[in-house]
Amino acid sequence: MFRNTYDSDNTVFSPQGRLHQVEYALEAVKQGSAAVGLRSKTHSILLALKRSSGELASYQQKMFRIDDHVGIAIAGLTSDARVLSNFMRQQAMSSKMVFNRPIPVNRLVSSIADKAQVNTQEYGRRPYGVGFLVIGQDQSGPHLYEFSPSGSAYEYYAMSIGARSQSAKTYLEKYYESFDDCSLEELITHGLHALRETLQQDKALNVNNTSIGILGPASQHETSVPSGGGFRILEGEILQPFLDTMVPKETSAAPATTSSDDDVQMQE
Amino acid sequence: MPDMVSIGQPQQRQFNPYSENGGTILAIAGANFSVIAGDTRQSEGYNIQTRYAPKVFRLTDKAVLAVNGFAADGSMFVKKVKQRLEWYRHAHAKDMPLRAIARLIQTMLYSRRFFPYYVYNILGGIEEDGSGAVYSFDPVGSYERESCRAAGAAQSLVQPFLDNQIYFKNQRPPPGTSNPTHLPLHEVLSLVIDSFTSATERHIEVGDGLEIFVVLAKGSTTQGLENFANVQEMTQTREGERMFNIRRNLKRD
Amino acid sequence: MDHFPTNWGRPRNDAFDAYGTYPIAQRPYNGLKDAFAEGVQHTQQPIVTGTSVLAIKYKDGVMMAADNLASYGSLARFKDVQRLHPVGTNTVVGAGGDMSDFQYIQSLLDGLMIEEFTEQDGHSLGPAEIHEYLSQVMYGRRSQINPLWNALLVGGFKEGKRFLAYVDLLGTTYSASTLATGYGAYIAQPLLRKAVEGNEDKLTEEEAMQILEANLKVLYYRDARSLNKFQIAKITAAGVSITESKSMDTTWSFAEGIRGYGSQTQ
Repeated sequence: MFRNTYDSDNTVFSPQGRLHQVEYALEAVKQGSAAVGLRSKTHSILLALKRSSGELASYQQKMFRIDDHVGIAIAGLTSDARVLSNFMRQQAMSSKMVFNRPIPVNRLVSSIADKAQVNTQEYGRRPYGVGFLVIGQDQSGPHLYEFSPSGSAYEYYAMSIGARSQSAKTYLEKYYESFDDCSLEELITHGLHALRETLQQDKALNVNNTSIGILGPASQHETSVPSGGGFRILEGEILQPFLDTMVPKETSAAPATTSSDDDVQMQE
Repeated sequence: MPDMVSIGQPQQRQFNPYSENGGTILAIAGANFSVIAGDTRQSEGYNIQTRYAPKVFRLTDKAVLAVNGFAADGSMFVKKVKQRLEWYRHAHAKDMPLRAIARLIQTMLYSRRFFPYYVYNILGGIEEDGSGAVYSFDPVGSYERESCRAAGAAQSLVQPFLDNQIYFKNQRPPPGTSNPTHLPLHEVLSLVIDSFTSATERHIEVGDGLEIFVVLAKGSTTQGLENFANVQEMTQTREGERMFNIRRNLKRD
Repeated sequence: MDHFPTNWGRPRNDAFDAYGTYPIAQRPYNGLKDAFAEGVQHTQQPIVTGTSVLAIKYKDGVMMAADNLASYGSLARFKDVQRLHPVGTNTVVGAGGDMSDFQYIQSLLDGLMIEEFTEQDGHSLGPAEIHEYLSQVMYGRRSQINPLWNALLVGGFKEGKRFLAYVDLLGTTYSASTLATGYGAYIAQPLLRKAVEGNEDKLTEEEAMQILEANLKVLYYRDARSLNKFQIAKITAAGVSITESKSMDTTWSFAEGIRGYGSQTQ
């Protein structure tokens, strides 16, 4: 990234029609560790890689519960994420207070996208330095959205954000057509395979550095799931049975859960 | 209320923001369980507004709140408490312990000291040490932990009965024995049901339906609960406290 | 609770409304009078008022009825007022009490539905959501001691479910298979309960209509602030439909012989 004349104020376009500050904010998202989201007919799930600054430090929180029917995974500045997730919780609660209705997921995502957009247009502000994957469930079934600091929010079958997320995306693009009919366990296995792609050479997924967020009916490995399959975050030992379903890297070109080998190009 | 003499003179009507919606609630704590109950009639004056308006609410897997008094204040108060508990869950990723909920309720009630929620609250559930507990509140937040409490329209009918049957007031134990400190669940449930059938007989604002919540401490048996009709388990998680709901009919006249 | 033992078991003195001018009867108040009552300017009282609204659940949905009168005290001031208001395609709100407050509520609801419509995302507000919203509005206003002086019924049908609930100027809410506001709560409610309770899934549209019309007639005979011109709304899977205004045949010849009804002076 290079400094240039048009990057100190986010309200000023470059001659190429770009807002450099906004693009730098998108870079901040790429600095964060990766998060992956997938969706089937019955479930939507999030998987995230937690980083720790050293052996003695704890792992950073990558997922937040917004409401029974909404959860997010983040990549980028955690402090910005806390501000935004707090706002989302308020929105969700106000919908419950005023209408006794769980907030429609698309409206919740639009509300933070609108907030982020203001920061790309008003003088004296800075864009948020964080991206979200949002999963939610409403009358129209499970959903997965990506939110980014540019103020955009799109719905996806599967998506990844954060450091080296392109590798995960490549995996997802290869298999996403089979996700619709996957069981929760199969979906998680796909998610773990995708997340694994973002790791550095000598690293592996384990119960300490992985988080899984689930929306939808319980898996056979889960014990206490909120009725109606509300959002829950799995961390620690309970992850082991899921990690065990991963096919070792060398042979993972053809995982047990699907036979599709076709390389499907997904729209960027 | 204007008296009959003032007819003919211009009269000022003041808007009274409160009403009283009848009904009675009751909670009894056992050694390792808690029972919280309320009738389901909602009335105003001599009108029965509905025969089914719940007054007892599940807050967490181990806490139940019963509200009685002005129904609009009651439902708003329960809503606000539930919101605060949700924020606690967001911040700490666990349910608020019972004694903390009790203090929260006192703070919320007292914050409206000069425009009170006209609501009598009874909170029942399981403490962190596994004991059954009941907390009772007045509308502005005074509270204490007790073994049993009745509130609402038929408080004056039910509480003396409980004093006698739970605290053994005015009873002398048979020579050489002592009164038990805690009653078993099936006896407590019988007392609750008897309290409400009697209150229904003697108080016009009590009746229609009875809703009983039972919270069992972690690891305790169902203690004969399965023998009751219309028992429904409401437990959300597989380990930990268990919660049950029992519905019965009361006389509708 | 009234802690003064001498008040226990006595009849409430809530019957005072000598001229029956106000459709919402004075609420029971047995406590002490506020010592500063004299010094406070009080918000309001209803001015132009509508009387009862009736509603029942039946086989296909919910049916609601109200007459077309808006009274100014004992004067029958406006005789072509619609007190049943459709909200979206699944809900009807019926109002008794102050008609200007009701018009304000209608504009609130219309604005709300436009906002919801412009989202264009397949989500819509059903009767349950509208009732919750109205409860919050009514309770919010009573908490500012500036109430919207109405008793409202919200009836609807959405996703195969009937909905019927009440909310009033205090924010008090409840739900039942028969509901009535104002004088209807005293006169019609017992008759409605007898006809409907337990038969909610059996009553046909014709029977439901008959029950409501019979009750409107009873109210017209007994409620001096009512009018023999009314509308009936039904909310079913097919949506909302509200009838044109109509009336019923009534007989008053019996009144001749009854003191208090006829022209006798003694």
